[in-house]
Amino acid sequence: MSFYFAQLLTGLANASSLFLVASGLSIIFGVTRIVNFAHGSFFMLGAYLAYTFVNILPQGVLGFWGAVIVAAAMVSLIGAVIEFAILRRIYHAPELFQLVATFGVVLIIQDLTLWIWGAEDLIGPRAPGLTGAVRIFGEPIPEYDLLLIAIGPVVLCGVWLIFHRSRWGVLVRAATQDREMVGALGVNQSWLFTSVFMLGSFLAGRGGALQVPREAATLLMDLNVIAEAFVVVVIGGMGSVLGAYVAATLIGVLNAFGILIMPTIALVLPFLVMAVVLVVRPWGLFGRPERPQHSALESETPLRLLSGPAAYALFGAVVLMALAPLAVDEFMLVLAVDILIASLFAASLHFLMGLGGMVSFGHAAYFGLGAYAAALATTTLGLGMIASMILAPIAGAMGALVIGWFCVRLSGVYLAMLTLAAAQIVWSIAFQWRDLTGGDDGVLGVWPAEWATSKTTYYYLALALCVGGIWLLHRMAHSPFGYVLRGGRDSALRAEAIGIDLRRHQWAGFVAAGALAGLAGAVFAFSKGSVFPDELAIPRSIDGLIMVLLGGVHALFGPILGASAFTLLEDWITRFDYWRFIFGLVILAIVIAAPDGLAGGLNRLGGLLTSLRNKEAAR
Amino acid sequence: MTNRRTFITCAAAALAAPLFAGAPVLAADAPIKVGEVNSYTRLPAFTEPYRNGWQLALEEINAAGGIKGRKIEVISRDDAGKPGNAVKIAEELVSSDGVVMLFGTFFSHIGLAVTDFAKQRKVLFIASEPLSDAIVWSKGNRYTYRLRPSTHMQAAMLAEMAAKLDATRWATVAPNYAYGTDAVAAFKSELKKRKPEVEFVDEQWPTLFKMDGGSTVRAIERAKPDAIYNVTFGSDLAKFVREGAIRGLFDGREVVSLLTGEPEYLDPLGGEAPVGWIVTGYPWYDITTPEHQAYVEAYKAKWGESPKTGSLVGYNSMLAVAEVLGNAKSTDTEDLLAAMDGLTFNSPSGSITFRASDHQSTMGAWVGRTGLRDGKGVMVEWSYKNGADYLPSDAEARAMRPAD
Repeated sequence: MSFYFAQLLTGLANASSLFLVASGLSIIFGVTRIVNFAHGSFFMLGAYLAYTFVNILPQGVLGFWGAVIVAAAMVSLIGAVIEFAILRRIYHAPELFQLVATFGVVLIIQDLTLWIWGAEDLIGPRAPGLTGAVRIFGEPIPEYDLLLIAIGPVVLCGVWLIFHRSRWGVLVRAATQDREMVGALGVNQSWLFTSVFMLGSFLAGRGGALQVPREAATLLMDLNVIAEAFVVVVIGGMGSVLGAYVAATLIGVLNAFGILIMPTIALVLPFLVMAVVLVVRPWGLFGRPERPQHSALESETPLRLLSGPAAYALFGAVVLMALAPLAVDEFMLVLAVDILIASLFAASLHFLMGLGGMVSFGHAAYFGLGAYAAALATTTLGLGMIASMILAPIAGAMGALVIGWFCVRLSGVYLAMLTLAAAQIVWSIAFQWRDLTGGDDGVLGVWPAEWATSKTTYYYLALALCVGGIWLLHRMAHSPFGYVLRGGRDSALRAEAIGIDLRRHQWAGFVAAGALAGLAGAVFAFSKGSVFPDELAIPRSIDGLIMVLLGGVHALFGPILGASAFTLLEDWITRFDYWRFIFGLVILAIVIAAPDGLAGGLNRLGGLLTSLRNKEAAR
Repeated sequence: MTNRRTFITCAAAALAAPLFAGAPVLAADAPIKVGEVNSYTRLPAFTEPYRNGWQLALEEINAAGGIKGRKIEVISRDDAGKPGNAVKIAEELVSSDGVVMLFGTFFSHIGLAVTDFAKQRKVLFIASEPLSDAIVWSKGNRYTYRLRPSTHMQAAMLAEMAAKLDATRWATVAPNYAYGTDAVAAFKSELKKRKPEVEFVDEQWPTLFKMDGGSTVRAIERAKPDAIYNVTFGSDLAKFVREGAIRGLFDGREVVSLLTGEPEYLDPLGGEAPVGWIVTGYPWYDITTPEHQAYVEAYKAKWGESPKTGSLVGYNSMLAVAEVLGNAKSTDTEDLLAAMDGLTFNSPSGSITFRASDHQSTMGAWVGRTGLRDGKGVMVEWSYKNGADYLPSDAEARAMRPAD
């Protein structure tokens, strides 16, 4: 019994450190609706800064806790600068666009941290006075763990008091419910948002600083913590700090006991818990149904069919691409295949996001399912390349059929997070089922058939499949099915009021997007020769998301622009030292210059040129 | 809608320009180009020392006149930790840059992706750092060679030491991915071979770099093992050491730990480095052979820091590249492959041979116990184990490889 009690305490200590990070994220999301990808980076900075200050400040209890506070305060200032300099400019961009900006910030902070602190892991001292363990029922429990267990509820109470017993907190809660109304009552929203962002960053920084006595400060901390922090926030219910506490406790304790029964469970446990919770409670444990924000009611410019000249020009461009092998070298064709794959992948995601209004954080699942289906069909079943490629969209569609059935019951960020959970579950199966998939040693030897070995032939094949897939998506966008999806996105209530079974259409939308993402996966598999669980993992989903948002979510050709720009930039910039810093800056520059994405930016540029020309003509 | 095509074409043209500008000059004294790819941004703590190592060797080789009067030029790229990127970069190195061979990679899965690429494109690849046994055995091919002592070899070295201990009840803890599972499987089979009465009472598989230190330590404690075999590394190792020490997990227990004696893992632990663990590693500070001392001095002079295991692997990789380029009749892949079989060269860590049977090098590792010196973790009572003694026989090795 005493063993299990001690295990419980260990789980609670972990839960506390998870909660400290998640609480800040929850507050920021609840108020500003920013999916703050850089929250993990703030956590990492907190740890590194605390490490530095612990060594600078005089040793002892005061020095240690001083370092924790100073580190958290500095992170909070960094957060303020980022909010002030970047995020404030793009609050009115389409939903989730801020995610791209925070992604840029992640890249920049990664390289800055490497530059300032170096590559080696840094182990700070243990907390003075709390270096030992006490015996509880005969089991050794680290004193610092006990402190962490106590800190969790203290922070929870503190946050609750701030939000319920101060004027600032009341305003923040009001802004959470209705931003415009608070603004109309004369409250300066900008500063409210900045201060919320600072508080959230402070909590993240302190969470990182408090980890110093437990683990080394490493360059992988940011991405390691961010997914789980989001999971905790979503399980708890967006914006509910109490929910985050309960969720963190749930995960921490389940993990502590889970690994006693099944040691490998840690790989996927948080996502399993999230999937179960969201299926049972679509708004998390303590969340409430999302209120539609006013901006959601503004309708977008409707999609238009191509005009005659534009269609000819498009046809010309495709012909040009078909002639490309005559002019460029082999590697350019390889890169072009990468761009085609990324374009089809992004376009299929855009079909869900842009047209259907269903954001997917787990789109890599269908891509990876397609890639694995094609790879396994050709290596284990011995099917030919074309037969294997045909299986890929089927696998993607099957995956989407199952995942979509659960997801269409949800909406907004909850839907997005359920797709993430599903993708992580698929990923963990591919990772763990070594007999079938080879685990992370992957499936090797997935090369094109004899007749398609030459780069040129494979390029034509990829061109036909990807352009065909994109054409199909665009065709669907302009079909009645596409109109229903867009109608459902703009107003689910009205769509259902005129007798449309929206869920069924959205489900079909999932399947279509999944099938084409699967096709992209098959083209990928045969172009790289090997498939690894990476193709199912979060970074690929995020890349897709960035491509769509960067390109512009409101335009059909946005994802293609975004995918091309992203792939080319990545290929080019990774040639430099500290390329992540440069890449991050480029992304931020694009984000600030074109808050409606590249497509929107180009449109405005085009409009500007036309009006200039008209003025000239008038003169 | 037309915008996107023109964008692609323009961007493609802009990108292509520098590529064409660098078209290979086929003069007799033009440098020999060699391609290199590694995960420099994903795991800089391991790959930066490696880069320092090969850059030092490259400088020395070129200063000494290069290969047959030609200098070596290494085109080095970062794969950002993505296997798909690594394959794309390898493709560019081979088809656009015109490199004659490839070397590098750290992660096993990226090493495997490039291994398979080498087979498809028929180009020589020396896998410098990845440890996976599959690279030379189950997925081996005639174009791929591997330098660093593999998971199996290092696990076998430790099993030999572990068999001499009194312990019979063992627990294992390893990160849950291919390297961890391979390392545990190899250790188990090698230890059982030497000491059939051992039993394995618990296995922990924390997620790589996300170990829940406290819970894992307690789960091992519950099994009451006599000894522990550890494969965790990096930030997981730090957590394991801290949480284990504070909970008394290591009191009265032998710990056998893979790679923990390498400076990459031992240095960050500082004064908290465990004492008395049996480890494989690299005690560069105490190796007194003249060739090694010369290497350490040159390394410190050039980089202003002490070498790590990656540095030695990088340095030896470059030596292997130079040796094969020097021995081969030409830089054609077939000539290079002919020169690779049984290629023997001298390195700071002694003579190394690439076995013809499975393409694994005989580069060894140092096995000893950990200790503390001046508040820093070091290896003590160590000895160098030649890799050749821990490899299966040529016939056994050949049997494990797919037919070419």
